[in-house]
Amino acid sequence: MHWSLIIYAGLITFVTRFSMIFLLNKDILNDKAKKILSFVPAAIFPAIIFPPIFLDDLGTVDLENNPKILAAIFAIIVGYLSRNIIATIFVGLLSYWFLIFVYYQ
Amino acid sequence: MRDKLKTLTKGIIDVSPLMIPVVPFGIIYGVIGMDLGIGPYMTLGLSIIIFGGASQIVLLQLFSGGATSLVILSSVGAVNARHVLYGAVLSEHLFGLKIFWKVILSYVMTDQAFAVSNNYFKKDNKDSNQHYHLLGSGFTCWTIWQISTILGIVLGSVVPEELGLSFTISLTFLALLISDFRKFKNIIVMLVSGLVATIGYNTIPFKAYIIVAALAALIVAVLLTLTDSEKK
Repeated sequence: MHWSLIIYAGLITFVTRFSMIFLLNKDILNDKAKKILSFVPAAIFPAIIFPPIFLDDLGTVDLENNPKILAAIFAIIVGYLSRNIIATIFVGLLSYWFLIFVYYQ
Repeated sequence: MRDKLKTLTKGIIDVSPLMIPVVPFGIIYGVIGMDLGIGPYMTLGLSIIIFGGASQIVLLQLFSGGATSLVILSSVGAVNARHVLYGAVLSEHLFGLKIFWKVILSYVMTDQAFAVSNNYFKKDNKDSNQHYHLLGSGFTCWTIWQISTILGIVLGSVVPEELGLSFTISLTFLALLISDFRKFKNIIVMLVSGLVATIGYNTIPFKAYIIVAALAALIVAVLLTLTDSEKK
């Protein structure tokens, strides 16, 4: 990796944070635009979450013998019920460890 | 001066509970950076220069998958698009500030700092030093993020690979979405994004699956938003 890539990525991150504070014009974004922007995390994060869970090392979909799917389901259930970020991560990780070290052994 | 310090301290206190999940996230990031072999300086360099967990993870993930710079940078841009919204919301309270302040506050504006300081701004409109709240919350995030990155770098060399810590990336992002789990439209948007990314992982060229999936999901979000307002 080259430092220039990191600096460009840093600049992009900064510019997105800076743009609206700097440009300010309260009405530059109407309510509809704000509403659509509020969907951005839901539109992007699953694209990061899904592939490593469902695909194996060769990049093919692996639905059987896949402890990550089960662990993710446990995490989702806990997240839904508790709305607690840490609980969600820990239950997901602990159930994953249980599955790979105990259940599948 | 005392008031400024008070507001700054309030920012630090308000954001502190939200720092608890940031610590494991930072450690995991540091461990992954070391796992991918980019070395301690670059791993920490990313945390200082980019200072955004999601952006840093996406950059590492795509880089290790062999994506081109253009795809990596546009994916980072897509991940950051939510900050445009934060800026738009905060600009109302920050427009009177000098450019120096705007630059500093933009650099430290994270999801967590935005959440608590925006709450404070909405409550306490009269305080002319209210930007010190965001300075306090933002720099608390910054400090915790750098410390936990360093912890991860140190641990990265001792944590065994069998633990499958890379799975925690998926879990961390999943946990960031828990407030969306109860909204039907958001669930649809999430499923579209995830399915397109999984199916397109091998078929979409240049590892552009994150951007393509995000755009597809956003189009669905736009359609859902439009049909919603027609009903009114």
